[in-house]
Amino acid sequence: MNAELVSELEVPKQRTARARLVSVLGPLTALAGAIWAIAQPYRLTILHPHGQGFWWLFAEPPVLVIAVGLFFYFAVAPGLLEDLEEAHAASR
Amino acid sequence: MQPPAEHVHWLFATGFLLLGLCLVAEAVVGTEVWRRRAWRAYLWPGLAFGLGVLMWPVMTFFTNSTLHMLAHGAWAEVLMGAGAVELALVRGKLQSPAWRLMMAAAFAVSGLAFLVHEQNTWFFQRSSFLHHLLGWTLLVAAVFPLVRSVRPRSHVAAAGFALTFVVIAVFLYCDRDVAPVFGHLSPLAGPPHR
Repeated sequence: MNAELVSELEVPKQRTARARLVSVLGPLTALAGAIWAIAQPYRLTILHPHGQGFWWLFAEPPVLVIAVGLFFYFAVAPGLLEDLEEAHAASR
Repeated sequence: MQPPAEHVHWLFATGFLLLGLCLVAEAVVGTEVWRRRAWRAYLWPGLAFGLGVLMWPVMTFFTNSTLHMLAHGAWAEVLMGAGAVELALVRGKLQSPAWRLMMAAAFAVSGLAFLVHEQNTWFFQRSSFLHHLLGWTLLVAAVFPLVRSVRPRSHVAAAGFALTFVVIAVFLYCDRDVAPVFGHLSPLAGPPHR
């Protein structure tokens, strides 16, 4: 009989302050874009697309801000956090 | 098919915002960790170089005055130059941190170009206000790349340098073709639109 079931559990990862800061950069940027969209809905021509030209539909500032935040969160941050944790582990 | 000037400012703001986020992240994790993956090391210098290349079509198509054309041409040159130097530093083709002075020069030239090519006063309309603000911001912020070239490991210089791009992005997003600023709009500017 094995009573050491607890040994199977993984210790939750402790993130450093730097890692936490990097991981919130993208979401904070996207949140800023979302707040801007709510504050100035007329900037979102996608909500009233009738009669709008190409550029008014293509370049919608709040959407662009949200897109940058999401791009950073999904494309840049994951690899950076991995490397940061590796560097942190190596330095210990 | 030519975009209105304000849309061009917003698209450039998007590029500067991404550039700013990358630089903030590099300032937080440190250059050593940031450069662990080759694509990431080249990301922000490449982005700066690319924004410089994209400035050439702006110079070519937005020729409403000679001063505008010269200012956009100067930005294209210094952005490409600064991006190219940073790329060469990452690649190891250039070694001396003094090459980072190129970025300080880019800030100073850009700031001067903003101030010189804005012929109207601060409160003429919003874009005039923003041109003055951007010009002075870049001139003052040139101190950050200047310090980086002397003290490459300075956290304050790295953070200030990164946040400058975020601030520039915010200012560029505020741009409108004709709009009031703090309630001021000169009758000579024309009727405001949305």
